Amino acid sequence: MSTPRKAVALISGGLDSLLAARLMLEQGIHVEGINFFTGFCVEGHTHAIRKRDSQKVKRNNALWSAEQLGIKLHIVDIIDEYKDVVINPKHGYGANMNPCLDCKIFMVGKAKEWMEAHGFDFIITGEVIGQRPMSQRKDLLPVVVRESGADDLLLRPLCAKNLAPTLPEREGWVDREKLLAFHGRNRKPQMALAQEFGFEDYASPAGGCCFLTDKIYSRKLVDLWQARDKKEYELDDIMLLKVGRHLRPQPHYKLIVSREDGENKFLHGYRNQFPTLEIKSHNGPLTLVDGVLSDADLQQAARVAARFSQGREAESVTVKFTPLIGEATLLDVSPMPAAEIKQEWHV
Amino acid sequence: MSDYQLDARRTLCPMPVIKTQNRVNELQPGDTLEVTCTDPGALSDIPAWCRINGHHIISTQEKDGEVIINIRVGADD
Repeated sequence: MSTPRKAVALISGGLDSLLAARLMLEQGIHVEGINFFTGFCVEGHTHAIRKRDSQKVKRNNALWSAEQLGIKLHIVDIIDEYKDVVINPKHGYGANMNPCLDCKIFMVGKAKEWMEAHGFDFIITGEVIGQRPMSQRKDLLPVVVRESGADDLLLRPLCAKNLAPTLPEREGWVDREKLLAFHGRNRKPQMALAQEFGFEDYASPAGGCCFLTDKIYSRKLVDLWQARDKKEYELDDIMLLKVGRHLRPQPHYKLIVSREDGENKFLHGYRNQFPTLEIKSHNGPLTLVDGVLSDADLQQAARVAARFSQGREAESVTVKFTPLIGEATLLDVSPMPAAEIKQEWHV
Repeated sequence: MSDYQLDARRTLCPMPVIKTQNRVNELQPGDTLEVTCTDPGALSDIPAWCRINGHHIISTQEKDGEVIINIRVGADD
C-alpha cells in the first residue's frame, strides 16, 4: 500500500478552508492544518473580554475546524514577521488597513516553508475565484502563486477546475475531476456542500477573520502611527486597540477607558506599562494614559475619566493618578460634561 | 505535581495555545505539563488542541481568576 500524499491546509477557521481540507481528505490525502496568528486575528476570546459578550461560545474556530476534520492543527506565531506585511504592503491596502493580497502571499509562503520542513507534498487553501475583492480576484490568484514561491504546489480545491492543473493534479495525487469550480461571491454552493458533509455551526460565512478589515480598528491603528510619527507596533499596542474607548484630547496623549468590568480587568494587566487614572469616590472605569501629561493635561484627562464614572453628575469626583515612576496623587475634579467631549477626540 | 510548568498568564488566546504547543513539542511522550493561564478561553482551546494533536488532559481547574491545565504528552505518531 502506497503512503498517502501529504497536504498542509491553511485553516482560517472559516467555512471555505474547512471544505477545502475536507475535499482532500475525501481523496485519501493526509492533511494537517496550519493557522497563522498575526495579532490581528478576530478571536472570540478578545470579544469575551467584554462582559456583554461573555455568553458567546468561547472557541477558536481554527481548532474547531481541525476537530471537525479530525486533523492536526499547527498554530504558528508570526506576529513579528507579519509587521512588515502590515507596515509596507507591496500591493497596498484594501478598503481599510487590510493588506489582503500581501497577507495571502506571505501566508502561502510560510506554509511552503513549513511544507518543506516537514516533508509534505503540497499546499491547499480555501480560496475561491472572485470571492473577495482584493486577494481572490482571478487576475491576482497567479500573483499569490508566483510571489509566495508556491508555484504549482498550491492547490485550491474549491475552484481548481477554473484554474490550470497544478502538480498534484497532473501527477495524479488528487483527482481533478473531483475538485470544484466555485466562483464569485455567492455562498450558497459552500453552504450546500457544508450540509452535504454534515458541518453545522461553522463560523459565519460572512464573518471577517482580521481586525484590519474593520474601519474603526483601522482608524485606531492609523492614529497610533500618526501619534508616534512612525509606522510601528508591538503586540500590546494592537491588542489594546481592540479594547476600551479610545479618546485623544490632545495630539500628544490618548486615553483608553474601559467600558465595563471585563475590560477593566484586562486593562489592569497593563498597570505596569502605562500611567493610570482610577476613580476613587465612585464606581468607574480604569483609564490607561498613553503619552506624557502636563499638569493641565492631567486635569483634563482626570475630568474625562470622571465623565465615564458613576459620578458623572456629581460636583466633584476623586481620581487617583498613578504615574509609571513616582508617587500616586489624588485629584478632585469636576466631571467633564458630555458636550465638552469633542467628537474628534474619539479615535 | 507535573514534570514541567508553563506560565501563560496575561496572554490572550491563541497565545496560551501556541505557548503550550511549543513547549509540548520540546517534551517527551509521557511527560506532564502544567499550564497556568488567565484567559478563560484557554479552558476550551487547550483541551481542543490536545484532543486533535493526541495529548491527554489530566485535569483542568479555575481558581482565583486563573485557569490551570495539566497535560500528559502523547506518543509521536
